[in-house]
This record gives sequence, C-alpha cells and structure tokens, in this order.
Amino acid sequence: MLISCPLCGPRDATEFRYVDERRQRPDPEQASPQQWRDYLYVRANPSGPARELWLHRSGCRQYLFVDRHTLTNEVQTAALARTEGTR
Amino acid sequence: MTSSHRLPPQPGEVIDRAQRFTFRWNGRPYQAYAGDTIASALAASGVRVLSRSLKYHRPRGLLSADFNDPNCMVTADGEPNVRAAHRLVSPGMSVSSQDTWPSLRFDVKAANQLVGRFLGPGFYYKTFMRPQRLWPAYDKVLGRFSHGGYAPTAPDVDRYDQRYAHPDVLVAGGGPAGMAAAVAAADAGARVLLVDEEHHLGGHLRWADAEGLEILRELRAAVQAAGIEVMTDSVVTGRYDGNWVSVLQRSVPGVRERLVKARAKHMIVAPGLIDRPYVVGGNDLPGVMLSTAVRRLVNLYAVKPGERAVVLTANTAGDAVAADLGRAGVDVVRVLDARQDEDVVRIVGRSAVRAVECSDGAVVDCDLVVTAIGWTAPLTLATVSGGRAEFRAEAARFVPVGLPDDVSAVGGIVGDGSTDQLMEHATAVGREAARRASHRAVALAAGVPHARVTAPADTPAVAIPDLRPAAHPMLSLGRTDGIVDFSEDVSAKDLKSAVREGYDSIELAKRYTTATMGPSQGKLEGVNSIAAVAAATGAGLAETGTTTGRPPYVPVSLGALAGRSHQLLRRSPLQGWHDSHGAAPLYAGSWVRPDHYGDPAAEVQAVRDAVGIIDVTPLGKFDLRGPDVPDLLELLYINKWRKLGVGSVRYGVMCAEDGVVLDDGVTGRLGPEHYLMTTTSSGAEATYDWMERWLQTERRQWRVHVTPVTSNYASINVAGPRSRELLARLTDLDLAPDAFRYMQVRTGAVAGIADCVVWRIGFTGELSFEVHVPAGHGLHVWKALLATGSDLGIRPFGIEAQRILRLEKGHLIVGQDTDGLTQAYGAGLDWAVKLDKPDFAGKPELVWQQMRDDYLRLVGLQPVDGAVVPPEASQIVEDGTRIVGRITSSRMSPTLGHAVCLGLLAPHLSSAGTTVTVRLPGGGSIQARVMPELAHVDPEGVRLRG
Ligand SMILES: [Zn+2]
Repeated sequence: MLISCPLCGPRDATEFRYVDERRQRPDPEQASPQQWRDYLYVRANPSGPARELWLHRSGCRQYLFVDRHTLTNEVQTAALARTEGTR
Repeated sequence: MTSSHRLPPQPGEVIDRAQRFTFRWNGRPYQAYAGDTIASALAASGVRVLSRSLKYHRPRGLLSADFNDPNCMVTADGEPNVRAAHRLVSPGMSVSSQDTWPSLRFDVKAANQLVGRFLGPGFYYKTFMRPQRLWPAYDKVLGRFSHGGYAPTAPDVDRYDQRYAHPDVLVAGGGPAGMAAAVAAADAGARVLLVDEEHHLGGHLRWADAEGLEILRELRAAVQAAGIEVMTDSVVTGRYDGNWVSVLQRSVPGVRERLVKARAKHMIVAPGLIDRPYVVGGNDLPGVMLSTAVRRLVNLYAVKPGERAVVLTANTAGDAVAADLGRAGVDVVRVLDARQDEDVVRIVGRSAVRAVECSDGAVVDCDLVVTAIGWTAPLTLATVSGGRAEFRAEAARFVPVGLPDDVSAVGGIVGDGSTDQLMEHATAVGREAARRASHRAVALAAGVPHARVTAPADTPAVAIPDLRPAAHPMLSLGRTDGIVDFSEDVSAKDLKSAVREGYDSIELAKRYTTATMGPSQGKLEGVNSIAAVAAATGAGLAETGTTTGRPPYVPVSLGALAGRSHQLLRRSPLQGWHDSHGAAPLYAGSWVRPDHYGDPAAEVQAVRDAVGIIDVTPLGKFDLRGPDVPDLLELLYINKWRKLGVGSVRYGVMCAEDGVVLDDGVTGRLGPEHYLMTTTSSGAEATYDWMERWLQTERRQWRVHVTPVTSNYASINVAGPRSRELLARLTDLDLAPDAFRYMQVRTGAVAGIADCVVWRIGFTGELSFEVHVPAGHGLHVWKALLATGSDLGIRPFGIEAQRILRLEKGHLIVGQDTDGLTQAYGAGLDWAVKLDKPDFAGKPELVWQQMRDDYLRLVGLQPVDGAVVPPEASQIVEDGTRIVGRITSSRMSPTLGHAVCLGLLAPHLSSAGTTVTVRLPGGGSIQARVMPELAHVDPEGVRLRG
C-alpha cells in the first residue's frame, strides 16, 4: 500500500501510522455519555471508501486526512490535516 | 555406497563430475557430485524409499523430484523438513529420514495400514474425541501423526537478512517464457528482476533436445547481456497491494534465507506447468514417478531411474520421456497412450512397484511407472493478485483471467505452443510490461511535490499474440482408487466418503480430510482433490471450483521474516561512564540505563542521608514555544497551568479521552512564551504524537511550536539532604531556600556550562535539583558533581534505587501503578483533577467517574509481616478466591526496614486500616494493611521542602 504524502510523495504504508477514522470530537460540555462513548469506541469500519486520519510518523510527522478504499487499499487523496479546508 | 545408477555424461547435466564427495544418509556414507540434490545423489545410489507416509506409513519414493515432491522431506544437518529433491547436497552433510521410528526399512507404524478403517477421513475429529478423559493419551498418539522431524533445540546460529528492491518489472519464473519476457522488458529500458525457484534458469528447456538446449544457452546469454538481476533458488511468496512482492531468496552466501521486499511497477507471472499425478491404485508406490521427475533425473543428474518401465502418456512430455528412458538404457516395456484410450488400471507392489495391470488385461512386470496425464497450472500468484482461475474443459486445466493492469502472465499457465510461440508471446508481454511500468513511474514521480516530470511519449500498447491452451484429455481419477494428497495421505476414497458424510463442497471436504492442507499445499494434488469431490457429487470440475491459494507460496522461515536484528538502542551521554563503573544495564523501552551500581539499598541510604546523583536523560523533553502554550497545557493535563509564572514548574498528569492516565511529568515555564515539558521515558514518543495530533487537527489555530529535545540534554537528578550544599559549589545560582523554592526553575551555568536548566522537584522524596545540561557537556557535569561531592558522601544511584525511593514516597509510575483501565481518580489523583476547567482531554469521563464509586483505587499497603515482600502483580483476594485488587509495586524499604507496596484495590477495602489478603504467586497468602497515605516515608513532605 502506498500513500502519497503531500510533502514527501508516494511512500510505503509502513512509514505511516493509522490513527483513526476521521471524526468530529463532540463538545465535551454538551455530550451525553452515549455520544461521548460513541466517539471513543464506535467506528463505522466501512467496507469501501473510508475517510481516515494517518500520521506520517517515519517521515514528515504530519497528520494526514487519507481517503482510502478499504477493499483495494487504493488511496484517493492524502491531505495535510493542518491546512485541509483552510486554504 | 557407490553411484550404481549414474549414467554417462548427459548434454544438459548440472552436476560437476570433477567434484565428488561423501555425505551420510541415515548414518551410512554415500557419494555425490557437486550440483546433486540430496535426492538425486541418493537415487544415483539406487535408494528408492525416502520416507514413510503420514497416516499409513507406506514407503514412499521420488514423485516429482523437485521442491514440490511430497515424499522426500528429510532432516539435513539438524534442520527438519528439508526438501531433499531441491536442497543441494554438500560435502559431509548428514541427512536422515523423518518420522520413521524405528527405521525406514522396518516401520512399526506401518501396522496402521492394517487398521486403516480407524484412520478414515476426519479421523482426527472422530476417533480421538471420546471419552474425554483419554484426551492426554490421544494427544500423544496424534502427536506422532504430525509432519516432519524435530525442531532443533539449540539456538539457530544461521544468519538471515532482508533487503528492498524497486524493479520496474519483476518476472516470477525463469523458464523460456519468463526469460524471454525479462529480456524484452529490459531491452525496452526497464530495470528487471528475474526470480526462479530452481537452481538454474531454463525451466523445461533444461531437459530439451539439442535444439532446445541451444535456445537455452542463447536465452541465458541474453539475460546476462541485458543486465537483468537474477535470483535463482528464490521464490515469489506473495503479492500485495500496489505490486508489493515478497521474494524468499536462498543460496545467498553467508545468509540462510533473505526476504526481498520488492515494489514492482509491473509483475509478470511465469510459473510454468506442474505435471499432475494420476490417481489410481498403487500410485504412491516407490517407482511411480511423474514424467518431469524422470526427465530431471536423467537429463539434469544423469541418474537411471529404473530398469523396466511402463509409461502412461497423454501428451508430448510423456512421449519424450519414453525417448529419454530409451537413451538411458531403461527397458521401456510398454507405452500406454491415453489419447488412444489405453490406461493403467492398477499399479501392483508392496514396498515398490512390481507390475502394472493394463486396460487391455495385460499384467506387465516393471520397476518404474511413469505418468504424463496432464498439467496443473499453478495459479496462486495470479489469483492472489486479483485474477480468477477459469476452467478450460477442452484443455483440462485452469487458466488465469481478470489480472489487474500491473500484472501479466506468460508461458504455460497462459497456453501451449512451440518454444518459439511461447517466447514470441512472452516477448510482447515483456515489452508491454516495460511500457506500463514507465507510465507507472511517471505517475509515481508526479506524486512527489515540486518534481519536474516529463510525460513519456504516448506509445501505443504492444499487440500481444494469441496463446491458448491446447486440447488435452481430462485425466485425473483412474479406474481404481489411489492417493490424492501424498503429503497428507488422503485417498480418492477418503474424499468420496467425506462427500457422502455431507462435506460436499471442496472447501469443506478439504478441511475435513486435510487434503491440500499439508506441505504440498495443493500444488500437486489440488486439481485431483477437486476431481474426487466432483466425482462424488456428480458436479463438473468448473462448478466444484478451486480452493483459495494464499501467501506464502512456499514455507518461509521465521528468521527470514524477522531479518537481521535492527534493535536500536538509545544511550545517554553518560552511559559509557555507567558501563565502566559497574552499572548493571537495564533495558527499558529503547534505552539502556544503569539499574544499579552493585548495592541499591546503599544507594537509597546515600540519598536519604547525604546526596546521590542519577542519570535521568531518557526523560522525554519537549521545548514548547508560542503564545498559546498555556492553552495546550490546559488541554493536555488534567490540572491547571494558566497561572504558572515564569520561573515555576508544576507536576502534571495527562489522561486520554477515555479518562485513563496516559503520562505524567514536570513542566516548567522558562520565559513568557517558552516552556520545557518532561514526560515519562517510555511515553515520550506517544506524548509527542498526542500533542501534535491536537495541534494539527482539533486546535489548528493555536500558535505553538513543539520541538523534541530529549537527547539535546543530559539530565541529572541531584537528590538528598546535602544536594543544595553540593550544587552550590558548582553554580552561581542562588540556591537559598527562599530564593529557589520547591517547584521552581532557574537557568544558568553549572560547573562552568552555560544554559543549564535546573529545577527543584522531589520524585525521590528528598530535597533535589534536576539539572538539564546541554548533552555534550553532560559527562563533564556528572564528573564534576562526583568530584566535588566526595566529602559529602555522594554516590551515583540507579533506577532500582530510584524506584525504591519513589515507592517509599508513594509516587506512582504510569503504566506500573496504573493500567489501561485506571482513570485519574482511581490513581489517587483527585487533588489534580480540575473539573472546573472548561475543557481538557478526557474531562467528560472524569466528570462521570467522580459520580461513581465502582473503581479500583491506588492505595499504600504494608504487609503485616514486614519481612515479606509480595511480588508485584500478586492478587489481592476476598473470600478465598475473588480477586479484588493487586499489588502494583513492592520493595523492601531500606529506610523503614519494612516491606512497602502500592496496590490497586476495590473501593470497599480501600480505607485506611483495612486488612486484606494478598495471594502469593507461589502459593500461600499474607495479610497486608491499607495505609492512610500513598507515602510510606515523610507523608508530610517536610524533607523535600527543606
Ligand atoms: Zn510526509
């Protein structure tokens, strides 16, 4: 599996660490126990396109939003989490 | 033994007759030539029985005479399960047969043949199930039915390795098609890696006629001229996403096995075809061989495989073998042509072939039966690449279809033809592979930021000539039942009765009978297994389908998977000093540290009575800068940071979002927008990732810059009542109790070294100063402290003394006194949790934990008998068996002369004064008392504030 890091180019998946599915942290003041525990423990685990958070740990150490197909491991896009949506 | 069956020199032989040597087979000496396999050398001496079959312990001899041969697993120089027909024999090698107690010739377990009815399909599951009390006995019996010899008990002294490769085109298989494809790809500009399982390139050309051998010579020269990297005695074991191809490479000098991780832009699959055994009564007798086995023995090793042969042929390979045999002086007494409806009804013999019953009723005496009844296409690599196996009934074999764009197939698995036709097809595929690889290279390069990529000229796809499998009769099961799976000793009858018992799909019947599940893994017996199930169900081969091949294609040693040991060891700049001063090494995470210098109790005493120094360099250290650092600290820690003034430090605890304690440490404010954070040694990396995660995802607007500086400083803790006096001799910093208070930080020169960070803290429970020295000067400061403090009774102390000191003081260690379920209140950190902060990691869980009363709590414990130290992880029990907690830390306290512990304990037992029962791992139990505080020594903190 290859992930095209926006800073480093296409690199082997072993350089990266899978972190989590891309999710929204609930407001800790408002969240019910149910909502908070869904956030902690429940994952969609899709068979198909997935939106994920990865860390290029043995590379530029940047967190990346990775869109990956979980059946083919094809990576559609990998974008810097730091700037995604801010440009 | 002399080589009684060795023929005169053959044109294609691979043995070197100039190098003759001796090896041993079951203790007796045998002759061999360099280039011989173990099996060819034994065959040259007339040895016919190489093993006993798994269940019935029938004698077995060579069948395919290559790596796949199921009948010649041996132990060679102590290594079990060596494939004797593949492994080259070496001078002095000691080879023995396996699992044939008491001997290969006289096998007690051959009596199994007589009690075969107990060993029918599924006997593992049926015969040995009841009564259950006999299971230990069954276990012993079943153990004797395991494959192979005995795992060596001595340490493995061999070396293993790994490497990476980035070929444009990887060709798996070095027969004529694979070689032609490799040469064409290389000529088209591709970097090519050519992998072949055998010891020599050439595939079936190696036993071809003079014209074929000439083509082989030309191909080998072309491969060399094209600069192709060739790996022989190597196997592609699997293919994964993005053409990540694993290659097991053997015969690398000095290395037993090497795993090559190849990222290929294109892969060409060229495994050739496998000669399929014929399933007929007596087909596993020694002397029954596949045509390719005979051709190997005669042409590669100049071995005469028998005296009188019967040949059953359905194709040109079978026709050619008759010619080979004639040339080798074997009397070919009968050729049965399956294309003319001639057939072998049964093969007769006890310990070897004696005769053949022919379909015309004739019984022909012979000692060799050669079959060429059809081909199995090894499609595992094609199917693990995403292709499918499609059955072509007219050709009686499966072909690969639906390969992805970056994988192609050439040679026999695609179709049949003359050598020229196969090479013409492979040449076109090789050129097309190079073209696709160049496009892939451009696509990859385009992914590199700021790379200047020139797109290649848009060349059209190479036209691939048609190549199809030729018509071939479907032969598999004969008129009598024989062995289907030679390694697992499963017969056609077994598979048919499995279907009758209801296991009527190939995937079920396979698991029930274990057909295709032994060392051969379906390579020889896969199609015959399907045919046997199809025959019993009445379905066709195509509907019955294939079993799923999975990587690895051949066995891979654990050594190759592990590779060389690359353990990285981090050493503080002071470690050399520790090594040369008698420190016992402690390997903790990635660091080696001084555990103690010989007497940890005395080291503790020095710290309590005078002064000691310890190397704490592995502490995680992070330089934090920016206006929003307080926001980050407020978020990461459960306690408060906004009011921390310049010149002050604070102890902080981090929790994960589930409220579980993650890390702890001291962080100090060095300037208005400048902080130094320390973490635990083992938690440094994870904490760094955790901080960056918040800054790069949830809190992107914060202006904070994090720099890991763990190795930029040598860190020395100076601890003990005389630490102030010692340090004062080496620094101009004002250390007076009122000028430099507990939990404050100063920067300045120590022992002449500028820019040291000194903070006053107290992990040991004593007055202490932690000095962070620019790393290159660490040793100087360490030595200066020791020299300057000699009159004060200074001693270096190690991790063990520090653990005792902190346990006496009741300071927890994250991960030792807490576990993956311990939330902040359970760790006794009530004082630190600030629920009035608007937000911090894990806050909701701690809000809810505070409202509960159902969690274990960290408490101080002391055994009633102070001389007994319960081992760490001893369970605390109630009512005899119910576990209500455990000891997390325990030591004999040199300060108190009494055992001291920390433990996690159920809430109803955690109040001070309660006596609990601690069960010792070795049996027995002791009583321990819950203490009022976590601290056993100086709970008021008088000493560290002094
Ligand atoms: Zn990167």
